[in-house]
Amino acid sequence: MLKRKDLLGLKDVTTEEMEEILSTAREMRKILDQNVKKTPHLQGKNIVNLFYENSTRTRTSFESAAKIMSANAINISASASSVTKGETLIDTGKTLDALLTDVVVIRHSMSGAPHLLAKNVRASVINAGDGMNEHPTQALLDIFTMQEKFGDLKGLKAVIAGDVKHSRVARSNIWGLRKLGADVTVCAPKTLLPMGIEDMDVSVSTDLDDCIEGANVVMGLRLQLERQQAGLFPGAAEYNCYYGINAARLNRADSDAILLHPGPINRGLELSSETADGEQSYILRQVTNGLAIRMALLFLLTRAKGKEQDRK
Amino acid sequence: MNVLIKNGNAVIGDAFEPADIYIEGSKIVKIGKNIDCAADREIDASGKIVLPGFVDMHCHLRDPGQEYKEDIASGSAAALRGGFTSVACMPNTVPPVDNAALVKYVRTRAAEVDRAKVFPIGCITKGQQGKEMAEMGFMQEAGAVAFSDDGRPVSNANIMRLALEYAAGRNALIISHCEDKDLAGDGVANEGLNATVSGLKGITRAAEECMVARDIVLAETLGARVHIAHVSTKGSVELVRQAKARGVLVTCETCPHYFAATDDEILNYNTNAKINPPLRTQADVDAIVQGLQDGTIDAIATDHAPHHADEKNREFQAAPFGTSGFETAFSLAYTYLVETDKIDIVKLSKLMSGNPARILGLPTGELKEGACADITVIDPEKSYTVDSAKFVSKGKNSLFHGWKVKGAVVAVVVDGHEKEIKSYD
Repeated sequence: MLKRKDLLGLKDVTTEEMEEILSTAREMRKILDQNVKKTPHLQGKNIVNLFYENSTRTRTSFESAAKIMSANAINISASASSVTKGETLIDTGKTLDALLTDVVVIRHSMSGAPHLLAKNVRASVINAGDGMNEHPTQALLDIFTMQEKFGDLKGLKAVIAGDVKHSRVARSNIWGLRKLGADVTVCAPKTLLPMGIEDMDVSVSTDLDDCIEGANVVMGLRLQLERQQAGLFPGAAEYNCYYGINAARLNRADSDAILLHPGPINRGLELSSETADGEQSYILRQVTNGLAIRMALLFLLTRAKGKEQDRK
Repeated sequence: MNVLIKNGNAVIGDAFEPADIYIEGSKIVKIGKNIDCAADREIDASGKIVLPGFVDMHCHLRDPGQEYKEDIASGSAAALRGGFTSVACMPNTVPPVDNAALVKYVRTRAAEVDRAKVFPIGCITKGQQGKEMAEMGFMQEAGAVAFSDDGRPVSNANIMRLALEYAAGRNALIISHCEDKDLAGDGVANEGLNATVSGLKGITRAAEECMVARDIVLAETLGARVHIAHVSTKGSVELVRQAKARGVLVTCETCPHYFAATDDEILNYNTNAKINPPLRTQADVDAIVQGLQDGTIDAIATDHAPHHADEKNREFQAAPFGTSGFETAFSLAYTYLVETDKIDIVKLSKLMSGNPARILGLPTGELKEGACADITVIDPEKSYTVDSAKFVSKGKNSLFHGWKVKGAVVAVVVDGHEKEIKSYD
């Protein structure tokens, strides 16, 4: 049974813990298919979404998950500038503790911020994305979606294509997928691959046409256009030509392959509309499954905490 | 006041042998076996090691302007506890020490508090802006022992060239903080696997090495002297090694954290492991040790970088660079270099006293008759756990908090006066 206080990343989560989260999410997924989407699991629990970075889908997903389970959900958006000017993260966390918060869901532009918060607060902390480090709930919902389609992931071939260097989604997926036995290839121009990635037990490629061959899962990553201004690649047209996922490329993958993307999509840049909206696209399914993952986590973490308090 | 240090084993020149040391006033008067004469104060050094007082050629005392991090009184007291009888402090204060008046302030304040001797380093460029040369001549006359824009590089190669040339004409030393800012970008950790798995922006080793190479070429071209600060990579060690073989007038230093730790320390987002240049890999540590062994690296400096707890107790990316260094330097060097048989105590003594004193031109760093009586006594058997809460420095930001080390400073004599120091118990 999941005993941890926080979920900060998939790096330090065991395979068993991951499987427990995923099987609980499968139960939650059934609730989402009901006509009346409401359960009493989190009644009387306070969930705070503490977002230091813009987010639509992740924040809405957590808020929605909390509300479906009858929790009180509060959203706090802090602009990035208030981090450097105003209250420290630790003080904010202690204030939330004093407000009797059970779970803080944090998104922050700086890697390790959720870890700092978790060390300093009594509340459970869920990492909803920290810098370039991890986005564990996104990877869990990706994995959930893959399992839904393929069952066991052992030996499954997953290709993650795009800005791997700056991607917390890629990192969390690497940790999670490797633990479940999937083969992972990351693909990007050299300048968008982080140093040392080959030592993370993945295959590394700069040739998408080559590595997409026979893939079961193709995951596109969002490319931020600011990366071009920083000189990391020459331009949108060249990027799209070599790394854009279009119908011709997707045809090189396994005929039963699925296409995933964490959103929001840059249509015509990393994904063509044809593929994003095509039959192999599971992108919207990912979003729905995200609710189930977040419901499962909120449930498991608050339950673990309740038990701990009982012991005292 | 006469002081007699009896029954210890001392590093005298290249020898490590039993020797008593007799001090009269501020000078060592006699060194020999079984000296028996009356002294006002006798220090029993049985089982202890007697060394020339350590000389730190690179530290930050934060005074003037950032006294909440450290000041000359607390910093020079912390230096003493670490066995440093002389320290050279970097000028990146607020405002920067870029004129003779501020050089005099540092010296005057250090004399007032009368702890470790403090030798100011002046800026190379006005305001450390890297644009116009600071008044190095006036600062030298006021007592600056070297010049550096440490904390930031002199990015413009022509400004550096002119500074090296001008300084050479006055026999002044330029200490270069080697960092290509364009390459370093907003990185916070060594570029490589550990930064990647932590999601931290990397600093390529090329950011250091390109600048080391540039300054070596400039010094070579001009026949000028240059000292490279805080060498941290295998590549930098090799560049300096080759330059020395060609006869370039280059010297360099490293710091205890570059031979005692690797970038594994950042994996838990420990902000005390956020240091510039960043902690590197085991291959770099091995190269640093080799550089110390073969003489490529001339000195061990602390780069003592005290910060307030509030500044370090936050997000890794937002925390300032640096670790508090005075009070752990010797123990780390003894534990990681001498106890492991990488170097002997004579060599360590040269790295921590004789060489830095010679590079800076300070009249200290050796135990010999007639020399000034700056002496540090070590208990080589004492093992302890570093507790930064007990630091004398205001900067409790130690990477080494909780580490077990061996070898502790037990007595310090500055200019013939024994100083009170806080015990490591």
